[in-house]
Amino acid sequence: MAKTKARVKAPKSAKKGEAFQIKTLISHKMETGQRKDKKGNKIPRDIINKFVCTYNGKEVFSADWHPAVSANPYLAFYVKAEESGSLEMTWTDDAGKAVKKTAKVTVS
Amino acid sequence: MTNKTLETRQVSRRELFSLFGAGTLAAMGIGIAGPAFADAKAVDAAIAKITGGKAAGSGKITMDVPQIAENGSTVPITVNVDSPMTDASHVKTLHVWADGNPSPEVASFHFTPMSGKAYVSTRIRLAKTQNVVTLAEMSDGSFTMAKAEVKVTIGGCGG
Repeated sequence: MAKTKARVKAPKSAKKGEAFQIKTLISHKMETGQRKDKKGNKIPRDIINKFVCTYNGKEVFSADWHPAVSANPYLAFYVKAEESGSLEMTWTDDAGKAVKKTAKVTVS
Repeated sequence: MTNKTLETRQVSRRELFSLFGAGTLAAMGIGIAGPAFADAKAVDAAIAKITGGKAAGSGKITMDVPQIAENGSTVPITVNVDSPMTDASHVKTLHVWADGNPSPEVASFHFTPMSGKAYVSTRIRLAKTQNVVTLAEMSDGSFTMAKAEVKVTIGGCGG
């Protein structure tokens, strides 16, 4: 994805078995396919359609997005961990291109 | 022999325009009577497809949406499903629809017991005043749903 910036806000440490919140934001037009250009032609759809969050390689949470998700998609969700590890977040667009971000969490 | 003449009347320019006008509008896909947007029936059908016709309960989903959205392009929505999120009892998927958008599907969120909470907060596009409908699929095969109306002052589908 061209010029896409992704941001993740996750705590650096968390308590074992206690859910902690993760906030994510990625810059993307999320072109719906409904808009028309100056000539009246429809601008083709181009969106991020999948978001996946894994923890130590295991899928914890994922989302399927449709054009009704706003541009620069913001997404907040929770994760509960029993051990320290690495969160990996992947955003994939219609063309199959992916953006990844990781965050380490120390769980005690 | 009498001349049989076809009786005609002058077709006024106004009538011609309205004929063509309606035709053009139909060609553009904006039916005067036909829907250019989804409706509640489309969402009901989508829900029935998922539940297989099984009744969905209510009261477990809390939807936090503004009563009036100033900008339909970005409407904040927070959904929480009351669930212990254990291996034995958790939310598997949460679906969100907007029954007045060109296409009703908004998003589907997949949870696991490692989610800790069946909570999601995001921002969506609403083309006009309509209902946002949510349906949660639980691990025990049951379903629960909720609906909230959002009034939209400026529509947000970029059209």
